[in-house]
Amino acid sequence: MTVFFRTQMDRTLRWLTALAALSIVLILTFLIGQISYHGWATVSWTFITGVPEKGMTEGGIFPAIFGTAALVIIMTVFVTPLGVLAAIYFSEYANRRSWTYTLARQAVNNLAGVPSIVFGLFGLGFFVQFVGRNTDKIFFGGELNYGQPAILWAALTLAVLTLPVVIVSVEEALQAVPQSYRHASLALGSTKSQAVFRVVLPHALPGVLTGAILAISRAAGEVAPILFVGAAYYLPYLPTQLNHQFMELGYHIFILSTQSPDVDATKPLLYATVLVLLGLTFALNAMAVAIRARMRIAQRSV
Amino acid sequence: MVAATADREIPKLKTEVRSQEASPRELQVCLRAGDFNLWYGDRQALRSISADIYRYRATAIIGPSGCGKSTFLRTINRMNDLIPSVRTSGEISLDGQNLLAREIDVVALRRRVGMVFQQPNPFPKSIFDNVAYGLRINGLAANSGERAERVEKALRQAAIWDDVKDRLQKSALSLSGGEQQRVCIARALAVEPEVLLMDEPASALDPISTAKIEDLIFELKNLYTIVIVTHNMQQAARVSDFTAFLLQGELVECGETARIFTKPNDKRTEDYITGRFG
Repeated sequence: MTVFFRTQMDRTLRWLTALAALSIVLILTFLIGQISYHGWATVSWTFITGVPEKGMTEGGIFPAIFGTAALVIIMTVFVTPLGVLAAIYFSEYANRRSWTYTLARQAVNNLAGVPSIVFGLFGLGFFVQFVGRNTDKIFFGGELNYGQPAILWAALTLAVLTLPVVIVSVEEALQAVPQSYRHASLALGSTKSQAVFRVVLPHALPGVLTGAILAISRAAGEVAPILFVGAAYYLPYLPTQLNHQFMELGYHIFILSTQSPDVDATKPLLYATVLVLLGLTFALNAMAVAIRARMRIAQRSV
Repeated sequence: MVAATADREIPKLKTEVRSQEASPRELQVCLRAGDFNLWYGDRQALRSISADIYRYRATAIIGPSGCGKSTFLRTINRMNDLIPSVRTSGEISLDGQNLLAREIDVVALRRRVGMVFQQPNPFPKSIFDNVAYGLRINGLAANSGERAERVEKALRQAAIWDDVKDRLQKSALSLSGGEQQRVCIARALAVEPEVLLMDEPASALDPISTAKIEDLIFELKNLYTIVIVTHNMQQAARVSDFTAFLLQGELVECGETARIFTKPNDKRTEDYITGRFG
């Protein structure tokens, strides 16, 4: 091989890698640019606070925003305690060579890899048809209350989906707590759980918060898991009870783009809705990153 | 050095009150190691240690790095339990009770045997909450007035009350290293342990802070049984009444500090304290 050829090869490869990296920037710019360009004019206060009108060719998206918020809040209530407790087990109690640890760890990893539509079906089969119907049988004498798609079941389905996110994030935060805190506590005659709950966990609180926010931003963008378990095409009322159905931003986008009677009239609404959803998830991610950065700084100064 | 053989049956660890009057301080065994061995996995770190540690005296454990002195110290409050590969044989007894026995409640043991670590390790909490932590977790001094009293007493014993009394609600992390270490000592003293273990408590500190800690140890031995690990021989000579010299996991010599430093029985002790190795 000539020196000339090798130099050319080197230069080409270098450009190729730079191009690949650049393409990511371009794609993102194009994506955000397109959506902003088409959606910006439509996003307004009345759009955000209004309800869909005239077969979704006019009006706003408030029910979808409300439904999304309610959904992720209910989800957080379930996923945070469960995720934190599981993370505490992994980080503080589990013997890393035991089979229970390996089993649980593998379960978390695999849970993270399950396609989200499968969670949707799981939610329908387990939460709606099994838990829901039996709740009706036992507490309502068979009257239909919870044995149907509802915001509670959608929130639980998303909680299962986001559980790995919370566990990993909280575990990372627990691992970052200096070992010397645990030793100091134990040496004073604390039990292990006292050390965990009075010293370690309070110190890892920003990590818990980060985990919760990442879970929310993941969940807010998911459509497939809630298709069968409570997301509604259109509702004339806002969900006020756990067994109500709900509208949701991601699902609303799907509806706008596939079910509209007048595609041209719906298009600006569609862009604007996507813009709102993107803004929401970006903001949540930015918040998580900011909290994590602050936590790192705080720990460095310790 | 007294070989220890205590085969008494011990039902449960006593958790309250010192078993002996505070004065007049005749020599009295507090801790006794009998043919104690310790392994990290396959590597034996301590070999057949037999020694007595006396109540209301400061005992220094000296020796070169890696000789096992910290390991020995951490056995006394069972902190070595946290390392899965550690195995032991023989016994270490506190007031005649084998504290290595399976039925010993380590949480209660650690209440009686306090520890100060090499690196100051205050919690990221206020000074007050640091010192009150041990009281809270052990359910001691439940009402707030009593708790404040105990915190003050501990801070006074640690000779840092005057420095921090006006900023008890400030984070302990805002203090200097030497102050942090004294708060850690106060934290250990607040639960009124019988024994205070100190693992090179001044090695991370500047000379002035070190001198303060040494003065403190000198005072505290009137109230507590102190076991201090140090690689600083001057420090051992200054603060301790008894000195044990460990070398490669073996107890070479153990006795009154004055004698160890002037007329060591063993050639290796002499070599070490005169700085010929280590």
